Amino acid sequence: MIGLGHYLILAALLFSIGLVGVIRRKNLLMLFFATEIMLNAANVAFAAISSYYHDLSGQMFAFFIIAVAASEVAVGLGLLILLYKKYGTLDLDNFTMLKG
Amino acid sequence: MESLVYTALFAPLVGSLFAALFGMKPKSLWTGTVTSLLLFVSFVASVLLLQHVMEVGPVHVTLMDWIVAGDMRIPFGFNVDQVTAVMMAVVTLVSTVVHVYSNGYMEHDKGFNRFFSYLSAFVFSMLVLVMSDNFLGLFIGWEGVGVCSWLLIGFWYHKEDVTRDVNPSISPSWAANEAFIMNRIADLGMLVGIFLIYWNVGSLQYDEVFAAVPQMSHTLLVAIGIFLFIGAMGKSAQFPLHTWLADAMEGPTPVSALIHAATMVTAGVYLVIRAHPLYSSIPEVGYFIALLGTFVAIFAASMALVNRDLKRIIAYSTLSQLGYMFAAAGLGAYWVALFHLAAHAFFKALLFLGAGNVMHAMHDELDIFKMGGLKKVMRWTYIYMGVASLALCGIWPLAGFYSKDTILEVAFNEHTYGIWFVLWLTAGLTAFYSFRLVFLTFWSDERYKKYGFHPHEVQKYVLWAMAPLGILAVVFGWWKEEFMEFVTQLLPAYEVSEHTHHMVPILIVVTSAIAIGGIVVAYVLYHKRLRRNPKIEASLPYRVLSNQYYIPILYEKAISKPYAELADIAWKEIDMQVVDATVDGIAKLVEESGDETRKMQTGNLSDYLKWMAAGAIILAVLAIVAVVKS
Amino acid sequence: METFAFYLFSILIVGLFCVTVMSRNILYAMTSLAAGMVLISGLFFLLGADFLGVVQLIVYVGAVMALYAFGMMFFDATGTVKENNTPATTVFLLGGLSAVVLVVIFAAPAIGGNVHALYPTPEGATNPQAVGLVLFTKYLIPFEVAAVMLLVAMIAGIILAGKKMDKSLSRMKDESAVSEKDVK
Repeated sequence: MIGLGHYLILAALLFSIGLVGVIRRKNLLMLFFATEIMLNAANVAFAAISSYYHDLSGQMFAFFIIAVAASEVAVGLGLLILLYKKYGTLDLDNFTMLKG
Repeated sequence: MESLVYTALFAPLVGSLFAALFGMKPKSLWTGTVTSLLLFVSFVASVLLLQHVMEVGPVHVTLMDWIVAGDMRIPFGFNVDQVTAVMMAVVTLVSTVVHVYSNGYMEHDKGFNRFFSYLSAFVFSMLVLVMSDNFLGLFIGWEGVGVCSWLLIGFWYHKEDVTRDVNPSISPSWAANEAFIMNRIADLGMLVGIFLIYWNVGSLQYDEVFAAVPQMSHTLLVAIGIFLFIGAMGKSAQFPLHTWLADAMEGPTPVSALIHAATMVTAGVYLVIRAHPLYSSIPEVGYFIALLGTFVAIFAASMALVNRDLKRIIAYSTLSQLGYMFAAAGLGAYWVALFHLAAHAFFKALLFLGAGNVMHAMHDELDIFKMGGLKKVMRWTYIYMGVASLALCGIWPLAGFYSKDTILEVAFNEHTYGIWFVLWLTAGLTAFYSFRLVFLTFWSDERYKKYGFHPHEVQKYVLWAMAPLGILAVVFGWWKEEFMEFVTQLLPAYEVSEHTHHMVPILIVVTSAIAIGGIVVAYVLYHKRLRRNPKIEASLPYRVLSNQYYIPILYEKAISKPYAELADIAWKEIDMQVVDATVDGIAKLVEESGDETRKMQTGNLSDYLKWMAAGAIILAVLAIVAVVKS
Repeated sequence: METFAFYLFSILIVGLFCVTVMSRNILYAMTSLAAGMVLISGLFFLLGADFLGVVQLIVYVGAVMALYAFGMMFFDATGTVKENNTPATTVFLLGGLSAVVLVVIFAAPAIGGNVHALYPTPEGATNPQAVGLVLFTKYLIPFEVAAVMLLVAMIAGIILAGKKMDKSLSRMKDESAVSEKDVK
């Protein structure tokens, strides 16, 4: 029988995969993808808890996370386009203006 | 009556603040005029208060609550009783005279306005001191006069330090610091006394404290009495804290007259008089005070015998007279001490102001060996100083005669013949050095011509301003009976035994004889010319006396130098090596760690994300650890 | 059956997301991401959150991935991405550690055994009905706020991406050549 723990561990693994992406990739677009993975991992955890505790709050949070993710993509992509227009690249190694 | 109290108290403060407004400006005559007028207002109010106290009785006012914390309640209260009224009248009278006098004396000084600001501030502090109805208010005034004294001794702070051979006081700023620090030492004692009182009585109001005296244990009373007296010793320059008073003569002469002769230095005596219920119940401490006073009387007089400095001689005589006052107070004759305090204030202020005139005429020369024959050019100053000196010597019928003779009677009556004898001897010494000063300054050959001085008499109004003091120095003693009746409403009356009563005429004759004897010796030695005997001047006793018993040098060698070395060690070894090193080490650590961690700031978002991930993991691990532990 | 579905979905999702994270080709990455998201919606259906699953499909797979796809038209996405990936040791150290730590946290026995549902699922209602009931009563204000947020994000996206839309990107590249040098 599949319990809550299974889902939560899956969510943890997905989150870690997202984290690996965030750390590993240098391309901003790929970073965005990795962030989506992390958000989805959170959603899975929320939905699972919601289901197993018979509480709708978890699903509500998942909805709002989806809304936030959508907004983030809209604004983030706009910014990426601007960035690409200006510098012709999305590689993080090229953006070191904030070097201390 | 309340408004009179406030007028008397705050008029000098207003004057001080007014003058302070123009403190940095060049001289403007009206600061002097305004402060003098306000002082006069204060004087008039004080006299009216005195009259009121005489006819109706003491006035008590409470301005406001000052400290209210838990059970502790200390109001700003002012109490004008017989003792306070007398002190107020004396203080404001002398202050008014000195203010007017200073208008002339400080005429050409750059710090004219500043001077008046300080001087009026001093009077305000002094009034707070004498009018307060509790020990804390007294202490505020006590510190206030200390600060003003410091400001005024160091008034000519720009003068350079010189060696002790050239000027025994080194420099005004040095003398000011010496006075202040000596007083700090004594004030610590006084504070401890006040703490003890509060601790055991739970109040600092005079009436409550004195009402509690009979319930307190004897040891405690002795401790309080001793600690309070340590404070009095500092302010009144009693041995061994006496060196500052002579050095304080570095200040302008009106300051010496007002602060270091007439008012502030008598605060110690005032304290003992004020705390008479306390001291009456501990006669052994009183006896010690009397002994110390007697010692200081002859000790200071002996130093005055050989000194050549006009102001220092008068300063030592002040010290000597303070000794008389303490002797009287210590023997329980508080009203006599107060009487001598008032009389002394008049003639000593007069003497100092006269000395100021002489200094002015001699272009700040103070060596009486370089003067002589000044009575021709400075007639009025001569008369004033002569009268003041006669009063100081205790010649009938001047003020000093009554007050000093009474002190001697008290000493005789207490069967403390040793004290009596020493005080009697001191009276002779006093007469000698006073008239040595007078003869060397005003009589004898005109030595000043050799040094190219052109003395001249001071302004007319200055001489007029001194007149009240001159008159009081003569007539004050005539009111001895009235004075006694008035102040013994508050202070314990002092009864003279039958035996002493019979002896009084003899005592008077004996005392007058030695005083006149002293004058005669001075006359014989110095009225014609300055006699100097190199043999005597080279002898050991003379050198000991002229070097103030080597006490200042001893203090410097035994206390100041080791202390400075200790401070040096503390600075170089402890402060630099430990404290500073620690602080520097921390700063260095921060700087270097910052320098190292600066490399984290690559500007590359990817690196930041790595750090963030690492941080998040650490936090999660910590959370696990915390949960597991709990 | 449920167990089988869960493991199937899980393995597929993990594999697909690994492809997303590791792939050098953006198109591969995006495709596998979209596929993973579809499978996550499957997980939602398994959990009985039908409405959430549908929203996941519509918003993520439909809207977000479409947005990425359109956005990629602006970038040169056909070829492989050339990037200096972070050294594998660092990546797997951090990633592995986080995985271990998170698994430890989630696998630990739940502390709050007596958790009470704040908004219990209504009896007898289907999932969309229940969601509607809660969303439009208890969560109305957050919902409205989310709506405003989406509006703001839309406007922002349009303005940001739409700037100088009329100019050719290739020509803009030349213009920006100077500033690019500055950056480096």
